[in-house]
Amino acid sequence: MRDEDENQKNPNDSPESPGVSRRDFLKISGISVAVPLVAGPRVIKAAGQEVRVYGPGKVPMEFAINGKNYKANLEPRVTLLDALRDEFELTGAKRVCDRAECGACTVLVDNKPVYACAMLAIEAQHKAITTVESLTRDGKLHPIQQAFVDNDASQCGFCTPGFVVACKAFLDKHPHPTPEDIRRGLSGNLCRCGTYAGIRKAIAQVAQKGA
Amino acid sequence: MPDYAWPDAQHRTLIGTRVSRVDSPVKVAGQAKYTYDVHRPGMLYGKVLRCPYAHAKVVSIDTSAAEKMPGVKAVHIVQGPGTTIHWAGDEVVAVAAVDEPTAEDAIRLIKVEYQQLQHLVSDTEPPKGGVQEEGPLSMDAIDDMLDNQVPAGQMVSEIHQYGIGEKPDEARLNDFKESGASDAVLDALRKAAIHPEAASKLPSSYQKAAAQTAGDPEKAFAEADVVSEGLYGVPVITHCCLESHGSISEWTDPDHLFTHISTQNVSGIPGQMAEPLKIPATNIRVHQDHIGGGFGSKFSPDRWGIFTAEISKKAGGKPVRIMLERDAELEVAGARPSAYARVKVGARKDGTLVAWQSNSWGTGGPGGGGMPPIPYVFSIPNQRQEHIAIRNNIGPARAWRAPNHPQAAVLTMCALDDLAAKLNMDPVEFFGKNLTLTKPRENTYREELAIASELMDWKQKWHPRRQIASGDLARGVGLSFHTWGGRGHASDCDLTIHPDGSVDIKLGTQDLGTGTRTCILIVASETLGIPMDAIQLQIGDTTYPPSGGSGGSTTIGGVSSSTRRAATDARDALFAKVAPALNTQPDQLECVSGKVSVKGDSSRSLSWKEACSKLGVMPLTVRGKNPDKSKPPDLTNSGVGGVQMAEVEVDTDTGVVKVKKMVAVQDCGLVIDLKTAESQCYGAMIMGISYSLYEEKVMDPSTGRMLNADMGFYRLAGLSDIPELVVHMMTGKGYDERGVIGLGEPPVISPGAAISNAVANAIGVRVPFLPLTPDRVLAALEQKAGA
Repeated sequence: MRDEDENQKNPNDSPESPGVSRRDFLKISGISVAVPLVAGPRVIKAAGQEVRVYGPGKVPMEFAINGKNYKANLEPRVTLLDALRDEFELTGAKRVCDRAECGACTVLVDNKPVYACAMLAIEAQHKAITTVESLTRDGKLHPIQQAFVDNDASQCGFCTPGFVVACKAFLDKHPHPTPEDIRRGLSGNLCRCGTYAGIRKAIAQVAQKGA
Repeated sequence: MPDYAWPDAQHRTLIGTRVSRVDSPVKVAGQAKYTYDVHRPGMLYGKVLRCPYAHAKVVSIDTSAAEKMPGVKAVHIVQGPGTTIHWAGDEVVAVAAVDEPTAEDAIRLIKVEYQQLQHLVSDTEPPKGGVQEEGPLSMDAIDDMLDNQVPAGQMVSEIHQYGIGEKPDEARLNDFKESGASDAVLDALRKAAIHPEAASKLPSSYQKAAAQTAGDPEKAFAEADVVSEGLYGVPVITHCCLESHGSISEWTDPDHLFTHISTQNVSGIPGQMAEPLKIPATNIRVHQDHIGGGFGSKFSPDRWGIFTAEISKKAGGKPVRIMLERDAELEVAGARPSAYARVKVGARKDGTLVAWQSNSWGTGGPGGGGMPPIPYVFSIPNQRQEHIAIRNNIGPARAWRAPNHPQAAVLTMCALDDLAAKLNMDPVEFFGKNLTLTKPRENTYREELAIASELMDWKQKWHPRRQIASGDLARGVGLSFHTWGGRGHASDCDLTIHPDGSVDIKLGTQDLGTGTRTCILIVASETLGIPMDAIQLQIGDTTYPPSGGSGGSTTIGGVSSSTRRAATDARDALFAKVAPALNTQPDQLECVSGKVSVKGDSSRSLSWKEACSKLGVMPLTVRGKNPDKSKPPDLTNSGVGGVQMAEVEVDTDTGVVKVKKMVAVQDCGLVIDLKTAESQCYGAMIMGISYSLYEEKVMDPSTGRMLNADMGFYRLAGLSDIPELVVHMMTGKGYDERGVIGLGEPPVISPGAAISNAVANAIGVRVPFLPLTPDRVLAALEQKAGA
């Protein structure tokens, strides 16, 4: 089920990914009550090295989202998904499973698809974040979005933005996918209404025409 | 009398064609706003402390530390000391705080002491002798029903049917009222027959819920040439809406509530919130643009919708958002009742069905639940059914797309398929032979069975059940039949034509992703002869005319009928204003291609805009209704039939089942939008593959909790699980003239039975229970080898 594409979506699996995983963080955060004060990092000595420690209160953060700069004071335990949705009102990415199982929150981080619920906002600073909202330019849908419309690839539509972003990233990497590529490459997103038949046709349409 | 009838095929330009869903562009762009996306100024974030036990009494609650925490704005006890909790995950305390992390921390500071009680979460076959006969209801049973939010109508009918064990005094009745008993329930209790002898009996978890006999089954079985017996079943599954249940509530003044809620029932919400909040329904405004899935689980504001409003009030009326976490969504916000049965069926040598007997059981959680409609579709002449409802602590059940029908299809079609195998008959021939038992759908099924067989290439693919060698990849095919009602619900539609030619439509309905918006616009556009994008449609608000809840496949018939009547009346009122300018009579006018013209003389016409300018300064608003006997004909109808076939491949080493192809042949009367209609069928087959192969609410007998309350272990089918899917909609003569009938439920009914039958055909033995997981497949193969 898992292939390279999927692994990249989970930052905790990636060897380059520094720091503490979200799950560890949630464990740590339970120890102390949140302090509503904004502060920069403290520096402590750990294993003979100087380490910067953020939190547990709010810390100032900066993001590059869809080519624009955003600033917010957030606790280090806040996920990228919650920052996007609750701080910046970019609600295209959806919160469904909130633990990297369904793909409804898929965004691009440095052009790679990532589950935004499984990445801490603090880790996403100074990276190029692309959300579904940026794919529509001047009111014109991106070809994959248009293909979703043409092939009725959404019903309730709650999984759709995540799927659209995942499909875009997939087609950027596999412009001429085989059915097996599609099967493997898009296994990281789930739909409840059952729109997979339309999504497959949408991908085929774009692959044929070229994005 | 204006002609409201649907235009015939020669006079239709849009109805029945493939029209792209009008709300797709905002959905693919991520701009569609769902309840979960609503961000109100000053909004607080709510979190809920849930009971970790399946059955417990709340002893004490200490919220003092949470209340002192900075950022916490309100703490609300939902179920206080003394309350009995009947399922794990039930709500105990809610808090609202300035942000979500703070609310989470506050929840951790609350201390609750419980007294654990004995629980039952199993729904295995009831023990012999442990079953309580139907009988008078105890006062505890009434209490339980109120706790479990059993609908008032059902309570009244049970009180009426069974009577009660003791006469409740006024104090007791007052307690019931406090617990939410409606006046109808209290009235029924006052008038109920009293059976004191039953008051002393201990309540059992196993209740005999139905026992019926028709014809003479004993004689029919004795005379049958072949009798087949088997065990079949479907477990409890969840709805798993991707947008969880929840709402954002705020008080615009001390007596007025504004709520955004994820619901299938916009117009029906205020009436359900008024009593608990002690304000008139007219003071409650509900709004929803889009809903991320409902499937039958979102008709009520739910307890959490009520306490979200209550906690907002405690926080000075500020908006409070409480959307369920994923684990709670799966534990408490929607489950489909299970159904299992030992079935015995008898037939003559030629395949004619003569007798049915079923001993069924299942659970709908604390309420027990009813018997699925078995035998399903086929009215076998001699039959006996007995059903036992298991009342347990698995959590409450809700309507799940086509309530009780998918279970009935598995229990019936699998039993009949095993009988066909015993007769060594091709199921297409066997079921075909018995279609006279499906009246009045006989002809529909006959046509559908032929088309499905062709599309599946059934003759090539079917083989008698056979021995398979270990290691084989075994292929097989199976089929199933289903039926549903689907008559349009009550719906009001306001349509306004403005003097500048713009048109707007308002309905208090909702679009579940079924294409409701698209179909309303198709009907209005077809009737007025102007493009769909020239019409502004507004739905999803209680300030618009009321429309029924979207359940039971009733929406399309309701909204298309009310819109057709509104558009026809508006058009005719416009004709009356325009006729003098064209020097003709109103009944000589028609609206086609954006023009109002004299029939048969297109040279005498006005553009739509010019025609509307004849209205003067005032816009023209008319209301269309469904049903409306004063404006015939009836534009909707009830009763559809469908046939589905599945082809599977089973790896006999690993037990893994793969669906290789599925075919759905379906009627639904007059199709408004073929494209979204087909999508309903594709989606239903996919959902069907998911519940056939993967889905089950797995309960831990020792802790009483759900073991797979997440989307990793509560597995939904993914894109790679979906094979070639073929949909054929029955349209044209014999179908179109029936009027519009709903489609949401029917195609999701048959997949379980069709896939189970295909697996039986592939491996030569029945896997009794869904989902058809590898362990169950291997167990069936082993049992067969040992036999």
